[in-house]
Amino acid sequence: MYDAVILGAGMSGLAAGIRLAHFGKRVCILERHTAIGGLNSFYRAGGRDYDVGLHAMTNYREPGAGHGPLMRVCRQLRLSRDELALAPQTGSAIVFPGVRLEFTNDFEHLRAEVHRQFPSQKDGFERLVAGLADYGDLGKPHVAHSAREAVAGWIDDPFLAEMLFCPLLFYGGPRPHDLDFGQFSILFRSIYMEGFARPLAGIRPLLKLLVRKFKDLGGELRLGAGVRTIVSAKGAAKALVLDNGEEMPVRCLLSSAGWRETMQVCRPADPALPAAGEISFVESISILNVAPATLGLDRTVTFFNDSPRFRYGRPDDLVDLHSGVICIPNNFAYDEPMPAGCVRLTALANFDRWNDLDAQAYGDA
Amino acid sequence: MTSAEIQEAILDILSDIAPDEDLSKLDPAVPFRDQLELDSMDFLDIVMELRKRYRVQIPEQDYPALASMASTVEYLSPRMKDISCTTR
Repeated sequence: MYDAVILGAGMSGLAAGIRLAHFGKRVCILERHTAIGGLNSFYRAGGRDYDVGLHAMTNYREPGAGHGPLMRVCRQLRLSRDELALAPQTGSAIVFPGVRLEFTNDFEHLRAEVHRQFPSQKDGFERLVAGLADYGDLGKPHVAHSAREAVAGWIDDPFLAEMLFCPLLFYGGPRPHDLDFGQFSILFRSIYMEGFARPLAGIRPLLKLLVRKFKDLGGELRLGAGVRTIVSAKGAAKALVLDNGEEMPVRCLLSSAGWRETMQVCRPADPALPAAGEISFVESISILNVAPATLGLDRTVTFFNDSPRFRYGRPDDLVDLHSGVICIPNNFAYDEPMPAGCVRLTALANFDRWNDLDAQAYGDA
Repeated sequence: MTSAEIQEAILDILSDIAPDEDLSKLDPAVPFRDQLELDSMDFLDIVMELRKRYRVQIPEQDYPALASMASTVEYLSPRMKDISCTTR
């Protein structure tokens, strides 16, 4: 019997596995899919590598510029920053009708942009920065009140507020329109005050690094091992039934599969099954035979919105084309250029509408 | 283990937890926190590494004793005196 079983071989499941295995626990990670990565994964098709999910690592800091959350996670996993081989972004932008805010991994750049283009909001912006919840150490209480209300108390130009919210919602907003203020503070720091970086070969080497570390520590990883049922008694998981019928007793179970996804396979069933979230995305990936910068696509990540108000929620149509995120993986400061040009476009989507399509209609869409 | 060996063991743990820190100039009398960028998880890792490597159990109420190198060695000396250096 394992000391711990972990559901999901994404970054969080692998990280949890490494920690437990490092401290001598017998750990098994069960992954339903035949590939690792979960929400941030990769695939190969037609001789090319594609990343899905994560556009960039956030929380990037230059060497020597203090630690922050990313380096803390590395320490806990006994990884050196060199092993991540991260290349910083070259510059991103938030583009709304008539206004464009540029930002880089140097927060002073965004600060100067806001001061210049929204002079009346200068003091409010500084109060917002000073008022961010301090998550400098772990174990601080959750700050659950509305970030929209908190920000409105400092920034009275709703247009600027929408622009600042746009990247944070796209990269970390689980719910429509608003964020918890604590989550807003984490995202604000990770995106604006720290920044974006990416390894030349994308997410694949990072995930492989985690798997290698986990296996070197004696951890066991089983792919294609979906869990059909979590058998519980007195509120604790006792056993798993896998999709192939195999039964596995558990002493300690950690799930990275999501709250609802985990609860809905528990037996006896919990009557208070949490509702599914409303936010979904579609992503399209284009491969170009030229460097994207030669077409004028010279930013790393562009967050755009073409309407007076930015609407972050579930669209009525398949896709909401009024806003989105354009990521150009070529535009990071790598030591050597990427082999091909690539444009990734992410937009809000309506999951139910996509789910209702048959295979033919899905392909056409 | 002697006090010097315990200090060596702590330095070895610190170099694993915080490979990017310069430990050569560490002042044993000054709290780790004032010289190194360590957070609460790092301190917990020192405790867990001691348990993993030397099977020393440190109860939570004793964690303040691990503030500096000098206080850590003083605290651990009676608890690790019968441990051989090669336990690891």
